[in-house]
Amino acid sequence: MSAPRTTSTRAAVGALLRKELLLERKVPQLIPAMALFSVVTFVVFHFGLQRRVLEGELAAGVLSVTLLFAAMLGANRLFVADKEEGGFDALLLAPVDRTALFIAKVIAFLAFLVLLEIVMVPAFAILLLGPTPSAAELAQLVAMLALADIGIAIIGTLVGALSIQTRARDLILPLIALPLLVPVIICLARGIAPLLADTGAATLAGRWPAVLGLYDLIFGLLAYAVFDFLLDD
Amino acid sequence: MYGTRLRPLSTATVFALLGAFALAAWYAPMDADQGFTQKIIYVHVPLAIVTLCGFVFGGIMAIKHLRTRDPRYDLRSYTAIHVAQIFGVGALITGMIWARASWGVWWEWREATLVSFLIVFLLFATYQPLRFSIEDPERQARYASVFAVTAGAFVPVNFLAVRLADAYIHPRVLTTSGSGLTAEMSVAFFACVAAMALFYVTMWRFELAHKHTRFQLRALRRKLGGDEIAYGRSAAPQMLDSDLPAPS
Repeated sequence: MSAPRTTSTRAAVGALLRKELLLERKVPQLIPAMALFSVVTFVVFHFGLQRRVLEGELAAGVLSVTLLFAAMLGANRLFVADKEEGGFDALLLAPVDRTALFIAKVIAFLAFLVLLEIVMVPAFAILLLGPTPSAAELAQLVAMLALADIGIAIIGTLVGALSIQTRARDLILPLIALPLLVPVIICLARGIAPLLADTGAATLAGRWPAVLGLYDLIFGLLAYAVFDFLLDD
Repeated sequence: MYGTRLRPLSTATVFALLGAFALAAWYAPMDADQGFTQKIIYVHVPLAIVTLCGFVFGGIMAIKHLRTRDPRYDLRSYTAIHVAQIFGVGALITGMIWARASWGVWWEWREATLVSFLIVFLLFATYQPLRFSIEDPERQARYASVFAVTAGAFVPVNFLAVRLADAYIHPRVLTTSGSGLTAEMSVAFFACVAAMALFYVTMWRFELAHKHTRFQLRALRRKLGGDEIAYGRSAAPQMLDSDLPAPS
């Protein structure tokens, strides 16, 4: 009588995103764990490096590495509910575009990372960071973190979906995701190092956000194209 | 279909490699600074180039596999990556020997090409563990292809990022190829790259033939011994008997 009723991708993304955020709000799991992990990692770095305050390259490295490892923790849990509680099956039964799940997961993971950083960056400033960044430096730092978060969210979602179906999922995920994220770490650490340096009044070199943006674009398109193949069963 | 023309291909490879190495040894002039140790670039750099092209080739085969769902493309992708991994070990070892001989250290973080090669190598080292941890052969092939496509695209992006990270901090005095070569050196160098590429293709064809022979042998044994001969679990692609062409 009428054409089969399908939901638009935008509506599907909205519904899936609401589900993710509702789940995390009702039963907070990822963000508290990632935030706690990041603070513990700062303590570990304090003893491992035997420094009371950090600045410049060392500060940038500690911040980037902690963000990356905390994100690995989150990426490991990203698809657990979908796998164990039947979220994948429900999605495959629903007449929606499957890449809606990818977009919703990337946005949700991005939101989790931003919330993590709201805890993590002040904690870093209090516990380890020596110099106090100016407002302009802080704005550049936030921009770099945002660009890095997009890349981490894309790779984390893709590799999370890849590894959830393997027998050794939390073993496989960091092994694949960490080398893939090395360019992000390079750009983030090199980019924010002058912003956290003692010398003050530093500006961000333009090539680091440019490469990060390029990375986000390439892997965003690529992951969008191949994500479909991780679902059809 | 897989085992044909292996003998002429192997003969051609042996002669090409011998010829290219002879050019590198006698035709190309001795490097003024480094002397004989500089000759290692005729092995090391072709190995590295062929490895990276092999990884990208594996990614292209994986795209074809995802588009067609033909398990033969998965086998080609797996074999391309597997042979490239072996070449990659050779490239890393010769690279370290060269670093030791010319700079006195086994590893040099400032050499961007070496570092990005290591990152790519580490990424592809997870290919077999990933395959092995997925039991269903169809899903294993599909997921491995998704990985191969992503990792294949990662190769150029990674080189761009690592080179950018280094080029502005430390001047690149340690160029590995290209600009620093004289005309005679270039001839020998490109001959070595071509011969190494031919060597790679030969190895790839041999492994394809080997895998295919094993599938057919297993199919015959299953026919004789009944179905109790299991397929077994493996990181390598598994072709079901129904996927094989009928034995003539």
